[in-house]
Amino acid sequence: MARFTVQVNGNRLAVESPPDRPLLDVLREDFGLTGTKYGCGEGQCRACTVLVDGQPTASCLTPISSVDGTSVTTIEGLASGDQLTALQQAFIDMDGAQCGYCTAGMIVEATALLKRNRKPSRSEIVDAMNPHLCRCCGYRNILASVELAARRWEASDA
Amino acid sequence: MPERFREDLCEPDRKELAEGPAYRFELDRRDWISSIGAGLLVSAAGKVVFSPGGASAQVRPSQRLHLGEDGSITVLTGKVEFGQGSRTEILQAAAEELRVSPDALQVVLADTAETPNDGSTAGSRTTPSTIPVVRRASAAARELLVRTAAEAWNLDASELRVEAGAVVGAGNRLSYADLARSKGPESTVDDNVPRGVPLTEVPDWTVLGQTLPKVGARAIVTGAHRYPCDIVRPNMLYGAVLRPPSYGAQLESVDLAPGQELGAVAVRDGEFVGCAAKTSYEARKALESISETARWRTVAHPPSEGLGTYLKRHAQPSAGGRRGARRREHGDVDGALAAAQTVESSYEIPYVQHAPLEPRAAVAEWDEGRLTVWTGTQRPFGVREQLAEAFRLSADQARVVVPDTGGGFGGKHTGEVAVEAARLARAAGRPVSLRWTREEEFAWAYFRPAAAFEVRAGLSEEKIVAWDFTAYNPGTAAIETPYAVPNVRTQYFPCDSPLREGSYRGIGATGNNYAREVFMDELAGVAGLDPLEFRLANLDDGRLSAVLRAAADRFAWSASKSSGRNRGSGIAAGFEKGSYIAICAQVRVEGGSVEVERLVSAFDCGTILNPGNLRAQIEGCVIQGLGAALTEEIRFAGGKLLNGSFAQYPLPRFRSTPPMETVLLNRPDIPSAGAGETPIIAVAPALANAVFAATGQRMRSLPLRASAA
Repeated sequence: MARFTVQVNGNRLAVESPPDRPLLDVLREDFGLTGTKYGCGEGQCRACTVLVDGQPTASCLTPISSVDGTSVTTIEGLASGDQLTALQQAFIDMDGAQCGYCTAGMIVEATALLKRNRKPSRSEIVDAMNPHLCRCCGYRNILASVELAARRWEASDA
Repeated sequence: MPERFREDLCEPDRKELAEGPAYRFELDRRDWISSIGAGLLVSAAGKVVFSPGGASAQVRPSQRLHLGEDGSITVLTGKVEFGQGSRTEILQAAAEELRVSPDALQVVLADTAETPNDGSTAGSRTTPSTIPVVRRASAAARELLVRTAAEAWNLDASELRVEAGAVVGAGNRLSYADLARSKGPESTVDDNVPRGVPLTEVPDWTVLGQTLPKVGARAIVTGAHRYPCDIVRPNMLYGAVLRPPSYGAQLESVDLAPGQELGAVAVRDGEFVGCAAKTSYEARKALESISETARWRTVAHPPSEGLGTYLKRHAQPSAGGRRGARRREHGDVDGALAAAQTVESSYEIPYVQHAPLEPRAAVAEWDEGRLTVWTGTQRPFGVREQLAEAFRLSADQARVVVPDTGGGFGGKHTGEVAVEAARLARAAGRPVSLRWTREEEFAWAYFRPAAAFEVRAGLSEEKIVAWDFTAYNPGTAAIETPYAVPNVRTQYFPCDSPLREGSYRGIGATGNNYAREVFMDELAGVAGLDPLEFRLANLDDGRLSAVLRAAADRFAWSASKSSGRNRGSGIAAGFEKGSYIAICAQVRVEGGSVEVERLVSAFDCGTILNPGNLRAQIEGCVIQGLGAALTEEIRFAGGKLLNGSFAQYPLPRFRSTPPMETVLLNRPDIPSAGAGETPIIAVAPALANAVFAATGQRMRSLPLRASAA
């Protein structure tokens, strides 16, 4: 057991944990942030994606020791109070969720994508999102959601 | 719909899974420690309640709709929401008939203590069965409101109208909340519920027939929604369960001490061994230490290699009952075959996994001998029975609550995880959360049945005059041909299945329609006709012809013939669960892989309730079908899965999503049928037929294995 400190959604949180315990478990079981989902435990579905210092990361494969002192953003940390992000709103508007279990990972991934590429092409979106599984296979509405958010973002910049 | 299918519409597929508890517990009485934490139940408030004409005899009158004195209106059904949109459509149905804004309604789903038993959420039954029940209850409530007002104001009911949750007329206003305050106890109101109130006609719909934003979407996109695996109870532990090393292996001995020494609660009860600890990490570590001490007796188990032959050898033609063999025949099949040009072929399909993204999960809590389990199951009342049986409880001592769940696709009919969590919670004396690993979900859930088919037909020019279809193990959905054939014999044999199998999207219809529609292409070739023309020439079902024509028109089928080398187009159609699908697909075969370049679906499920949700269901179903057609196949040997992980079992992803179009044929004159299953049944045969057009290779087994010419 050791003590690890992580900045989670802007709050400094500490946990006593075995060093190899997955970040996913710590977020869900110690910090009560259940928005981040387990899907496979092998980084193949990316339902567990969070941002570690801004980088999309599979939290199921990330030992807590490796994120000591970093800043982690989960799905719960995106909206500002009641104000949804453009991506969250677009997922509502374009029916981007069926069961919604993959949605947190999708939105977190797309958030990082739009941060580094404000006007992604469809193929750039597909490339960024392809590691994520949606078993409802709602891929078309998810793509439409990301594209809508990008368009709105662009419009708001203009 | 041809009359001959009415019977099948009412019969569940013989592979629809409903089984008893997975364990026979000894239940050491020393386990009893009362758990900590009060119950969650908050009863829906309000006195006025309606349930005219429930779906099931078990529906208590007071369970369908609650009108609160505070103005709240709550609709209750035993259906579950797994992503298919039931919650939103049920809300629309109630809002339409009550004449209230959808925002003013709550929908409570699948809580055995609160909601009526509407059976399982399966077989595409929510739309044709539950929606009408909700509409009737809501219409009756509206009528009671009107009658009450008419009486109070001494006006004729025809002078009154209901809008925005209140009846108005001659300067008066009476809301549902006023009604709730003015009426007596539930029992007296139940007796006064108006019967036979007409439902709102389709042309007058303002809420139904529209695309509504998904109810609960905000909680999903913010991460606030609690799926079954996210439920947290006070003082809760996390569980892990020991699995056999191979199918059929029996536990001979195990030592729990290593797990207990790590601080976990460890329990063995018969074949059940599990741990519970403060974190899932500790539970897994404890279980690993216990697992190392386990001794197993393994048994021989057949491999997936040669599975079709195995199934035919292990057919059970004399199996009777609801899950038994079935044979139907009309006309003189043998005579017609003898007089006609005969064609025959055989087909095979493998086991496939539903692989819902949320694995099975449950949180179980005991309180003074009463059990509450939050779990993702499509059969909440069935799982309550399993729990009651496993723990020897009466039905009212067990409660199952189904939070909106992360996918099912027919794969979550069972309650094994609920039973396991409850056993651990009982041993621990604290609530326990148990979530299966992906590995467990692959190996220990159940599979879409593997199957084999033998088909013969007799042709007389462009007409099929005899049809002889034998299906080994797929299930019975869509087993009867929708084509107009005078002499038909259909046989279904369940087989001794090496793997546990059960419901799936469309279940038996996936295999039955694949075999039939590929064979139809083979027959078209023998008859020398275009595959579309051949189908139309053998159809007397106008709705099936209509979806075929609609898909072909949008696809420009007749212009697509001149595809290049290794590129070709295929068509397939099907009818199941009251709805009709046709798909045209263009593929390109490169090396050993099939790329879908374009796909057009046309779909008719009667009156469209919510076009956006319908489109999402069709598209998701079709893309899910691409996996079963092109990549999915469970392989096993020595009683172990060989590809039980996402890395080894490729599923459709963003990149595998082709350009696709969906044509919705709305039929406001026909009651709505479900839509979440039928689209999948035309995917594999359309692609198989396209591969034939591209390469000349007949695709008689799934997944398709083509090679470029």
